Amino acid sequence: MIEIAGVSLALGGSRILDNVSLTVPKGGVTALVGPNGAGKSSLLSLIARLRPLQSGRITVDGLPVDTTPSRQLARIMAILRQDPGVASRLRVAELVGFGRFPHNRGRLTAKDREIIAASLEQFDLSDLALRFIDTLSGGQRQRALVAMTFCQGTDYILLDEPLNNLDMFHARNLMRTLRRIADEHGKTVLIVLHDINHAASYADRIVAMKDGAVIASGETGDIIRPDILESIFGFSMRVENIAGRLTVLHHA
Amino acid sequence: MTAGSLGSQGFAYQAIGAATLLALFVASLFVGVGELAIGSLASDPEALRLIMISRLPRTLAALLAGSALAIAGLVMQTLARNRFVEPSTAGTAQSAALGILVVTLVWPDASLGWKAAGAAVTALAGTSVFLMLAHRLPPTQPFLVPLFGLVYGGVIGAAAIFAAWHLDLLQYLEVWMTGEFSGILRGRYELLWVAGALVVLAWWTADRLTMLSLGRDVSIGLGLNYAAMLRLGLVIVSAITALTVVVVGTIPFVGLVAPNIVSRFAGENLRHTLPWVAGGGAALVLACDIMGRLIRFPYEVPVGTILGVVGAVLFLALLLGRNSND
Repeated sequence: MIEIAGVSLALGGSRILDNVSLTVPKGGVTALVGPNGAGKSSLLSLIARLRPLQSGRITVDGLPVDTTPSRQLARIMAILRQDPGVASRLRVAELVGFGRFPHNRGRLTAKDREIIAASLEQFDLSDLALRFIDTLSGGQRQRALVAMTFCQGTDYILLDEPLNNLDMFHARNLMRTLRRIADEHGKTVLIVLHDINHAASYADRIVAMKDGAVIASGETGDIIRPDILESIFGFSMRVENIAGRLTVLHHA
Repeated sequence: MTAGSLGSQGFAYQAIGAATLLALFVASLFVGVGELAIGSLASDPEALRLIMISRLPRTLAALLAGSALAIAGLVMQTLARNRFVEPSTAGTAQSAALGILVVTLVWPDASLGWKAAGAAVTALAGTSVFLMLAHRLPPTQPFLVPLFGLVYGGVIGAAAIFAAWHLDLLQYLEVWMTGEFSGILRGRYELLWVAGALVVLAWWTADRLTMLSLGRDVSIGLGLNYAAMLRLGLVIVSAITALTVVVVGTIPFVGLVAPNIVSRFAGENLRHTLPWVAGGGAALVLACDIMGRLIRFPYEVPVGTILGVVGAVLFLALLLGRNSND
């Protein structure tokens, strides 16, 4: 369980988060949605201790993120920020292998190698395993970073717009993989999504943010409603049930 | 699966690399003004004396300084997250020279060790300021960091020259600014073993240095103590630079050329590439020192001057060939 209580954040005089409180239950996929500048990425950074907490309290599995040793947190929580700008000349397999670092401190065991190979396979990277990441396309590099995050094998996985740069095939593959590890292995996934239909199709719960505050939070079916979507995004859109899936017609 | 486990091919490269370094090591022992033939070592005690007092220390100094400077360059590039900076161009070496100047001024009889300590302190301060400012530059402009480094190093260098000129210490400064090994004798180079130890320390932390190069967010996400690792890297860069400047003077380009060549062929997983960078730096400096002894035989050209030319050519070749890989 991720518990956020009374968290505020101000950067350079402007208020980014305003007294946010939120509980993300253990297990399942929770999508974080909202317009640009709502504070989604900032909230994710605070949970993942990438930014110092200014006020309030955040715990993951009961561990306060600001005082628990970073190494211990790295074994239960993995974070992938959008565009981390990895420019090193590492081979794909080496990069993915660093996901095991919190567990093995750099000495790969047979089990680590198995997990690395499985992650490469999972994200369609086996053929690229020996390529340097600076020779990959944006989408391939993004998949390598996602694979590294998976390789960390943590109970909590935080992803900030991981579908950036991915083609339809790999975007669907990633979302289905998230769904599967949540269902089969009880993992907790907190993911920032821009495509509301990905959230509608794959998430158990949706948390909507706007202007630094949580304005709606609940089961996916309770959030994917025209009135609530309009209050989040500022324009009206139709919601249809197509072949058993809630679909938001936001293009019209 | 990785570069280190490419099997027999990797082993062949390692053997060639080690043989090259050994050949340069032996050549360095037997090239010089004093007559010395390999066969005479067993019979002639004078020959042995020459080796032990002059040639071996000089060769070891080149080996240690070369590998340490290459590693200092590599670590500095990791800290700045930019492939085109190195201690001798971005203010570290200049800050070290300024530090020695200060120590010489307030304590003229200071030993080499104390001078190195003073130089390390100013090098640390100078490099910290450089990195602090470099991190503020827009990452979309990768050439801004080395350009800024050149200006920054130039300003500190000019301050050192100005101070030395006022204090009538210019010829001392010249010694620290130009790297050369001709003055190296037994008892005059041993501080460089400390630089060698720092290379071992860098290798020991290779995985964490690689993670540092993945950026702040990724390394914190993987549980690395980012701030502590940055500090350790700074200490390694500053101490190596200070030690080499005090003992042999400034040797340019090693820290730039060796890591960039290795990165081109073997990547940047430092656990596998760090020995190559260290060995490459050692080979480069040894080769240039031997060249300096031969070009105007029996006179010597300082290794710093030779590397200024060779290093610049190699670096330009690297820059121009940058887009033709893979």
